[in-house]
Order: sequence, then C-alpha cells, then structure tokens
Amino acid sequence: MLKNISNLGDAALYCDFGSKINKEINLNVIKYFKKLQQKNLKEITNITPSYNKLIISYDLSIINFKSLKEKIENITIKESEVLDSKIIKIPICLDEEFSLDINRLSEKLNMDKEKIIKSFLNKDYFCYMTGFIAGMPFLGDLETSIRLQRLETPRVKVPKGSVGITEQFCNIYTFESPGGWNIIGNTPTKIFDKLNENNPIKINPGDNVSFYKISKNEYLKLNE
Amino acid sequence: MNKDFFEILRPGIHTTIQDQGRLNKYHLGIPFSGSMDKRNYLISNKLLGNKLNEASLEFAYQGPLIKLNSGKLSGVITGDVTFNIIRKNSKINKGICYQTFEINDGDQIDIISTNRSVYGYFSIKNGFKGELIWGSYSVNTRAKIGSNNGEKFSKDQKLYINKLESIPNQKKVNYLNSKIEYIRVIKGTNYDYFSEKSKKIFFSKEFIVSKLADRMGMRLEGNKIENEVETNIRSEGLIKGVIQVPPDGNPIIMLSDHGTIGGYPKIAVVISADYDKLVQIPPGSKIKFKSVELIEAENLYKLYRMETENILNKII
Repeated sequence: MLKNISNLGDAALYCDFGSKINKEINLNVIKYFKKLQQKNLKEITNITPSYNKLIISYDLSIINFKSLKEKIENITIKESEVLDSKIIKIPICLDEEFSLDINRLSEKLNMDKEKIIKSFLNKDYFCYMTGFIAGMPFLGDLETSIRLQRLETPRVKVPKGSVGITEQFCNIYTFESPGGWNIIGNTPTKIFDKLNENNPIKINPGDNVSFYKISKNEYLKLNE
Repeated sequence: MNKDFFEILRPGIHTTIQDQGRLNKYHLGIPFSGSMDKRNYLISNKLLGNKLNEASLEFAYQGPLIKLNSGKLSGVITGDVTFNIIRKNSKINKGICYQTFEINDGDQIDIISTNRSVYGYFSIKNGFKGELIWGSYSVNTRAKIGSNNGEKFSKDQKLYINKLESIPNQKKVNYLNSKIEYIRVIKGTNYDYFSEKSKKIFFSKEFIVSKLADRMGMRLEGNKIENEVETNIRSEGLIKGVIQVPPDGNPIIMLSDHGTIGGYPKIAVVISADYDKLVQIPPGSKIKFKSVELIEAENLYKLYRMETENILNKII
C-alpha cells in the first residue's frame, strides 16, 4: 500500500517512502517500480524511482490525479520478496591522468591516496537508482572515512567513463557531462548502450557493483 | 539508399528531428524529448494530411537553408516564422506560415528567423526519414539518441525524405500564436523551503529569461529566491515544467530534454496547459508566475486540448 502520495504539478504522482536514505526504503521503491512496470498501464508515461521517492508521470488527457492516485495507492508488494539482482564487476583505471581529484580527496580527507583507493576498492556498492544522464548509476555506500562533499565549482566537462564519489555515493559518468563529483578513476566499460534495445544499461537499481583495478594498458585494450 | 533529400546549405542554430517524444524511459535517464511546442508540431502534420506523430524538423531562432535535390513535394512551416522560398530560377516567394506550399527540384527554403518566439516546425508530406529509437524519432543530443545519431544537423548533411509527394489542394488554417500574460504554476513539493518574502516575490515580480535557455531547461534571472531550509535535497525524479531553485537562488525550469533526476528544491511546477507558450518565450523576455490549484490546472488542460482539437478539426 502506498500511503504518502501527493501531486507534482498536474501530471505526476509524487510518492514519498520516507525521509531516510537506506537500502531497505530504496528496495521498497524499486519493488513498487517493478510492479508498476509489469502492470503496463497505458495512462502512465514514465516512472522514476530514486533513493526514497517514486514519481509517476501520467497522460493528463486519459486520467487525472485523483483517479490515478486511487488506482495506485491500493497496489501492494510483498516486502519479503527477493529482488532479482546481479553482481557486476567493473574495471577501473586509477592512474593519475584519470584520477582527477585524488589529490583533493587526499588533502581534504587527510588520508594517503593508497588508503583512499584501497577503501574504495574494498567494498560492494548497491545501485540505488539510475538517471540524470542516460544510464548513470548512483551507488552506495562508501566507507565513512572517504566521504567528501562535491566540488565547490562543478566541472564543465567530466570525461566519459569517469567514476566519481560524493558523500556516501559513487557514480559513473556514462557520457561526457557537466558535474561536480570527486573523480577517482575511469572505467573503459560501456555502461549505457543504446544499441541494446531491451537492456541498454549495464547496472540497474538493486544490483550490486564492485570495482577492480586495471592498468593503463588493460584500460586501452578494454576501451569500448 | 534513399535518393530524395534536402541538402543542408546552412544548418541553423539548433535544427533537429522531433516528434511526440519517447515514453517510459525516465528510469534509464532518458527524458521525454519530442517537439517543444506540441500544438504547432501537430498542426504542421495535420495540414499535410500526415500521421500526427510524423517526424518533423524543429528549429530554434534561425532555421536552416535547405535545397531540394529532386522531384516535387508539399511542405508547411508553423510557428511565428519568417522564411522565403527561393525558386530554381532565383525568384523569391515570401513564405506564409500555416499554409502548405509546393517545391520542386532545385528550390531552396530559407528559414530566416522565429519572431519574438523560439521554435518553429517544418513538416513535409510523408515526413522526414528518421531513426526510430524506443518508439520515437526525436533527437536527444545529450544521450545521442534518435535520428541523425542523436545530433543536431550540420552543414552539408542530407535530410532524407520518406516519399516524395505533393498534395492536390493547398491547405491552410488561421492560427495566431497568442502571447500569455502569466505562466500558471502549481506550488511545488518543496514550496515551504522558501522564505515568505521569496514566495511573495515569486508570485508578484517579473523574472527575465536568461541566455541559458535550451531544450533542456530555462534559467531565470532578476530576483533571487531565498531558501530557508535546505538548498540541496536528496536527488529525485523530475518532470517537464518543474521549477528548481539551486543555491544561487535563480530558478531553472525543466524542459523537454531535462535531466531525469535532480537535487534542487522544487518551488513550483508549470501546468501542462502552458508548456507550449512557456517554451516560446525567448531569452531577454519577462516572465511572471501565477499560482493555480490542481483542479483548475486540470480544467485548463481540458480547455487547451479542446482548443487544439478545434484547430486540427478545422483542417479538412
């Protein structure tokens, strides 16, 4: 049952799953998202899951807020249901030419570069959501010791493949894009592939991701 | 390969293939896209007897100069647009919007500018040849998706035509792109984050559309909106029309190619009935907001749809 639904403008439902950011709340968001996707309702034009919200856009020429809210709030999920999720290993090159903000991280966190990298590589990360730009995954949670705010002035261009960290999260820039995350390395793996029509993104919400270090030579060989 | 095309002699500022947009891909990070001014897009295809979701050419400010390489076809331009048809014998016909025209091998269309507006549409009988990705021809330059490899057109490219055809009778419709005094909005989910003074300013003062306006979004200037609670929220889904306020206090309105999630508080959301008019407001113009309730917005959308239907039905 979805309790907390309000309107975002006149053509979207704003479903609030709670103010906290954690895996449990996010898993609920993802389960509702998948359930709604399966229902394939023609009045729904988009469903956007995020950490703790689900935004459902609809076609205002077919249905209005009140009717869709009534329809959606009665949908239930099994909380015990296990989500079908993958374990994905992503190669990352941490050479200085890719690790644009390692010096800033080291300075601000007052920590050796090697230690930061070791901590980063040592963990599995959960994919909370994808978006902003096509296929960009938002992964968490980083060890508390390597959490840092984003750059004060965002970069105009973050190179494609860059892996960035900010606070408890980590992301991958699937395209060259403006951005303010602390760039720690770069992956040659193609995370978004528009030619793969049914499954264009490698990392989906609910998946688990870990990174393994590769050399520049391996990077060049793997570059997709 | 296709032998019928327009040669692009001048691409214009931002010329792309657009249709009604791409559904159900926000969760991948792919926005709706599609024609910015939907009504003008629909009218252009209806005038030619096309399917209403045929691929059209959308241009902004200065449009393209293009030359037909063969045959004979019908086309139409909608919006508030100044254009000429330059015949092969160098004779120039002044173009008239909302009225179909016929062009022949060697004729050129020179789309000079949109007037006190931003977007215009050039449609041809049977549409342009595009690449259908996830049910839409629309170009999204950010993710490089859609026709023309997801790019805007550049000089010397070819603009391919589905099937050369000329319609037997000229079609036209009287339509005036009326201006709007206010952009109507519904209060946003973070409305209470902003100071009382700022809320008053938001609904009483004029904002200026900055130069940073494109298919992704429209930045406003002139009055800073002060946030009293939190200038960043946890990233969450966005929709077209959301007005976010970043820490610098200058509101940004999300448009068709917007990022699918964002972390700035939402002060308001533009109502669906006013999208078409909103996107046509050029940089440097003044803009004012008026608050409406949800029910009113829904009724205004019904009215907008009825008006659109009436215009389309007038074209037989």
